[in-house]
Amino acid sequence: MAAAPLPSPSLAMAPAEAAPAVEILGVDKVFADGTRGLTPIDLTVAQGEFVSLIGPSGCGKSTLLSLIANLIQPTDGRLLWWRGGFDKVGQPGRRLSIVFQDATLMPWARVEGNVRLPLDLARMPKDEAAPRVDEALALVGLSSHGRLYPRQLSGGMRMRVSIARALVTEPDMLLMDEPFGALDEFTRNRLDSDLSELWRLRGFTTIFVTHSIYEAVFLSTRIVVMAAQPGRLFREIEIDEPFPRGDAFRTSAKFADYCRELSVALMEASLASGRGRDR
Amino acid sequence: MTPLAHSERFKTYFPPVATGIAMLAAWEAACRWFEIPVFLVPAPSVVADSFLNNASSLFRALGSTLKVTFIAFALAIVIGVLTAFLFVQSRAIERSLFPYAVMLQVTPIVAIAPLLIILVKDTQTALVLCATLIALFPIISNTTIGLRTVDPGLANLFRINKASGLQTLLRLRIPSALPYFFAGLRISSGLALIGAVVAEFVAGTGGRSAGLAYEILQSGFELDIPRMFAALFLITIAGVVLFVAMAGLSAWALGGWHDSERRIEA
Repeated sequence: MAAAPLPSPSLAMAPAEAAPAVEILGVDKVFADGTRGLTPIDLTVAQGEFVSLIGPSGCGKSTLLSLIANLIQPTDGRLLWWRGGFDKVGQPGRRLSIVFQDATLMPWARVEGNVRLPLDLARMPKDEAAPRVDEALALVGLSSHGRLYPRQLSGGMRMRVSIARALVTEPDMLLMDEPFGALDEFTRNRLDSDLSELWRLRGFTTIFVTHSIYEAVFLSTRIVVMAAQPGRLFREIEIDEPFPRGDAFRTSAKFADYCRELSVALMEASLASGRGRDR
Repeated sequence: MTPLAHSERFKTYFPPVATGIAMLAAWEAACRWFEIPVFLVPAPSVVADSFLNNASSLFRALGSTLKVTFIAFALAIVIGVLTAFLFVQSRAIERSLFPYAVMLQVTPIVAIAPLLIILVKDTQTALVLCATLIALFPIISNTTIGLRTVDPGLANLFRINKASGLQTLLRLRIPSALPYFFAGLRISSGLALIGAVVAEFVAGTGGRSAGLAYEILQSGFELDIPRMFAALFLITIAGVVLFVAMAGLSAWALGGWHDSERRIEA
């Protein structure tokens, strides 16, 4: 794949020193029924980072992602996207894409129509959009499937279409809500590897919600462990392993150590959450 | 794969056709064997004979009934879809109007028809009105449900991409509603025909614009039972053709993607 032009030089390397992509400033969320989704949270994700959110059920990781996607509004506190409001999101250098747990494709549109949707909504002319759709489909390895309908694809392929749709706008930040949770282990590992490679080449900031310890360790530069009742940040773990990461990393002792560390952190997070995980 | 396709078709069409032929044969045999008088139950052959003899008047009547049916069906679609759009604009509008739509639906059309025929001077218009009233409800309720049934994930995706209201309507709500709308069409097409025939019965219109109901009434007065059966047969065929046409339209529009129209793959 030809390396895409990067939106800013700062994001190519050294994510820790890069400008923040999203800043969560004292954000809490109380739902309409009075349940507290999140206690005040402070979290900054720098441009170019790959941050995974992991934690027991009810810890508010999906809520946090919805807040970052501006799908729900914080009860208190505020969020900044590239040091600006959400109204500026979508401008060059501030593009946001999301991938949901389900592929959420439009069943009435062909694969290429589904991938083109964000460009259509931005009113991009079809002839200008077509090469970008082709490129996005090529990125996820579905070049020859553009004319098919979603129902003709397997679950893994549908998820790839969903990722192509997210990438077609050349996003600066990609939000993913347990995107591979419904897939089998084998497909999940392959998509993880592909995603890791795409992230490395494209440099988009990624915030990734997952239940899988292995997935989080394999993909992330930083893992945020959350605890429930009330939802809060519990611990952060940096994964200090260069990219590209391949199967060699997956089977290394270092990988196992990180998994153990994360596993312990998760157990503690569960104990710290109002009730145990297994009850 | 012609032999397989052939056998699949054969499996689809042979059982109902065979059943039909067997029933007609049994009917014919029973009429002859028990020497049932023609004015009670005519044999299929007698009905066919009467059908051929009265073909011109029967087909003119069919044309008249179908004209009412089609105009009413078209009106029901237009009014039904517009009402559905109105309903999804706000829950308040839906709450204030929906009970009356239900009342319209549950009141038997035979009970309203005489009133309409008195109130509306032009009989043709009264017939169309009756048929429209009965065909309207399934389109309203189905299209309303369809326009409301939107995948919440897709709705979120549209929001994140800052889609305008019009874009969301055209690219999300309307396509989502199509399967429901077509299901409504299938029900309504049959109801429009029923409404037209019922209204004709009540109006009892004769003359040049007489419909199939009038043919049936007239045959009853004249005790021309074979002609009655022939007219009945035409109504049934018209209903079946309408249903098949709607099913075909639905398959054509949704065939590529919707589960209801999905062909079973071997």
